[in-house]
Amino acid sequence: MIRIFANANYDFIAYRKWAYGLTALIVVPGMLLMAARGVNYSIEFTGGALVQVRDTAGTMDIGGVRDALTEGGLPGAEITEFGGTSEFVIRARLEAQAGVGEAAAQATAAQVDSALSRAYGHGFLIARVEAVGPKVGGELRSRALLAVLMSFVAVLAYLALRFEWRFGLAAVLATAHDIITTLAFISYMDLEVSLVVVSAILTVVGYSLNDTIVIFDRTRENLHKYKREDLAGILNRSVNETLPRTIITNSTSLAALIALLVFGGPVIRPFAWVMAFGVFTGTFSSIYIAAPVLLLIERRWPGQDARGVKARVMPAGHGGAPPPTADAKPPRVPTP
Amino acid sequence: MFDNLKTRVAAIGVLVVLSAWALWPRDTTTRTRGADGAYRDTVVRQINLKRGLDLQGGIHLALELDESRGRVPNCSDAIDRALRVIRTRIDEFGVAEPLVQKEGACRIVVELPGISDPGRAKDIVQRSAFLEFQMTDKQGLFRAALPAIDRALAAAGVTEAGIGRRVAGAADSARGAQAGAPASALEDLLGGARPADTAQGRRDTTRADSLGSTLGGTLSTLLFAGQMDGEFLVAEEKFVAVDAMLRHPAAERLVPRGIVWRWGVEPESRGARSYRRLYALEQRPIMTGEELVDAQARLDPIYNQAVVDFQLSRRGGRIFERETGRHVGDNMAIVLDGRVQSQPPVIRSQIGSRGQIELGSASLQEAQDLALVLKAGALPAPLQIVEERTVGPTLGADSIRDGIIAGVVGVALVVLLVIGYYRLSGVLAVAALGLYVLFTLGGLAALGATLTLPGIAGFALSITIAVDANVLIFERLREELEHGKSVRLAVDAGFKMAMNAIVDSNVAMVLTAALLFQFGTGPVKGFAVTLILGVAASMVTAIFVTRTFFLLYMSRRQLQTLSI
Repeated sequence: MIRIFANANYDFIAYRKWAYGLTALIVVPGMLLMAARGVNYSIEFTGGALVQVRDTAGTMDIGGVRDALTEGGLPGAEITEFGGTSEFVIRARLEAQAGVGEAAAQATAAQVDSALSRAYGHGFLIARVEAVGPKVGGELRSRALLAVLMSFVAVLAYLALRFEWRFGLAAVLATAHDIITTLAFISYMDLEVSLVVVSAILTVVGYSLNDTIVIFDRTRENLHKYKREDLAGILNRSVNETLPRTIITNSTSLAALIALLVFGGPVIRPFAWVMAFGVFTGTFSSIYIAAPVLLLIERRWPGQDARGVKARVMPAGHGGAPPPTADAKPPRVPTP
Repeated sequence: MFDNLKTRVAAIGVLVVLSAWALWPRDTTTRTRGADGAYRDTVVRQINLKRGLDLQGGIHLALELDESRGRVPNCSDAIDRALRVIRTRIDEFGVAEPLVQKEGACRIVVELPGISDPGRAKDIVQRSAFLEFQMTDKQGLFRAALPAIDRALAAAGVTEAGIGRRVAGAADSARGAQAGAPASALEDLLGGARPADTAQGRRDTTRADSLGSTLGGTLSTLLFAGQMDGEFLVAEEKFVAVDAMLRHPAAERLVPRGIVWRWGVEPESRGARSYRRLYALEQRPIMTGEELVDAQARLDPIYNQAVVDFQLSRRGGRIFERETGRHVGDNMAIVLDGRVQSQPPVIRSQIGSRGQIELGSASLQEAQDLALVLKAGALPAPLQIVEERTVGPTLGADSIRDGIIAGVVGVALVVLLVIGYYRLSGVLAVAALGLYVLFTLGGLAALGATLTLPGIAGFALSITIAVDANVLIFERLREELEHGKSVRLAVDAGFKMAMNAIVDSNVAMVLTAALLFQFGTGPVKGFAVTLILGVAASMVTAIFVTRTFFLLYMSRRQLQTLSI
């Protein structure tokens, strides 16, 4: 049988400062970049029109399309190639103009169509149109934000119920870390933040939690098994014990995502990018953020319940909660 | 309960049969109406997995009231009226599986799959409603013309079956032309509609009624007299044939001058059968909706019956007074966008600018519906499109092809990794994964879920979650083996100890997916649904099916070592 990282014994916790440094190295420039360039929201969020055209006559190029649009009264439209060189995506946002009505997006889409018709006649097909009024865009933006925040609350509540509030807080902080690094990644890649990308971020949240919970589950178990060991040692042990699973699972996830990235087509590609990065950051944060943060929280707010209360919520299959015995660590005196 | 190996295998068998049954292709009939206004029934045999707009192409619209020319005091009420109008019109437009629904208080969402002309669709949705009051054919002119129409249809060689066949044939050839490239089995799996074999299609759309073909009177045998002059009942299944006959040039010529025929808006059931009302009406409307100002439903306390009060403009009131004076005792049909709404009420006395429609035993709900229709004729404010998403059919087809290729490659990579690493145990896991795919697709079909491109991505991801559950179990199993446990004990312990981690991590995943479902629109919702179903199915397969496979494998032999 092939075994990788069997009986691994790396001192992950000792290197946590390096990990924090690495995170900062990714996040800080990413955030600066985002501040400088602004978030590249899709028209779904800003309001505006997106028209995707397919060149059927072989006469279109970006320069020509831009000229046609400028002539048609849309000088500020963004034009990008989609997939190959025979399809173009034209985006015209509404945010710049104040006081536009809800129908402005529709009008803009029609304007694109007529400008291109004047220049190219019937030499193109419209493959996709999205026209979103500014009000709907604002609604979508606040709903997306609400969904991310609600996912925090839901997860915190669930983990507090199943584990203990310290675990929940550590998991949520690790997840927040993942969202921030993913945003930094989006900023490096200059990806457009669309509904699909927001769903990718939420899925990254789910994935990262998945990883964190597997390690915490082992931690919970080991806290009972090795009552004399300190938390740092137990965390290290748990991360090492689950390391083979972490590697195998994330390799299969990455394999599926690489297939999506390569073969899934341009529509799904931003999703695959964000998810692929999310698998890395989710794994990293489970090991280097969630575990050390749990240690930090435990040192800041120590208490016997870190061991004791968990026993109460253990399912019966684990042999129930052993009563505190002499070999249990003496409770620390809380600092005022 | 599941300790017995036989019970376990039987339970898996039941799940497999249920999923396969949910996925089994079945005939569905879609009734559409072409540009010429004729109805068509198309029977296709397909898997019950709807493709989302992003995969098959189509148009998604969100509409709100345009308040730029004055505020609308009660937008919810106004939207209700508009909703009813749009439903009727979309029905006329002839789209398979349209969706028209209210979202929040003041928004309407319209989804029309497979539309090739978004401009026309937008026009039809935004146009204001056309309301007419027309008298029924009191003199029975239409009825008197029926024998002549029968003869003309017979002379033209039209039979009920013949009409049906022509329709089915036309629809089939249209489908064939549209399909173009031969659909692959996988596309079929993903809900790619393929025309049923023609013989099948014909049998279903054109089941000949022996009565109709032996008694002659091609059209008249299909019509039953209604409760008033000018009203006929048509069995719902004959509706398409009758519609086609009435549109036949031979019949059209013989419809008496000044008379038009209109269908009632909805089928009604009498006992086990369902009927559609057909009305012969005087062509000239005595009033149109332009003059209507307001309509209110109420319960008349004296006679305890539902009534609808309506008010006309002053000019309209004068005309209406004159017209209704001539028609006391007659039935007046209320026609909205070419469809007769409710049963035509009797005019009791001359009506001025304020009228009342008595609905007899009808419920207040029906009266309110009618009031809505009347008011809809005069929409308080035009609708404007606040969101549009149109996907052309070619982009949708590209997306399906890309999604399938990515899915197949992704699954192949995952299978290779799992079998390469876990050997025989990996093979057991992959066999369980096969069932997992079946369960998930079956669940999607049973829920009538819509498959979108993000949905396919969600499916690919949920496979990796299913793999994760197996990996958790196998790694645990290996640890237990290393601790010197026997194979059987290690398998038991591995499954038991991995359970906690699997349940906790999957619940967290489902929580985030449920939030995605809550906030997302069409395609994102599709992603959330496949993810939730996938995670649920993965728990069942990893905890139950894989374990059963292990037990089956071990039941035949005394294992000293396990290939894992």
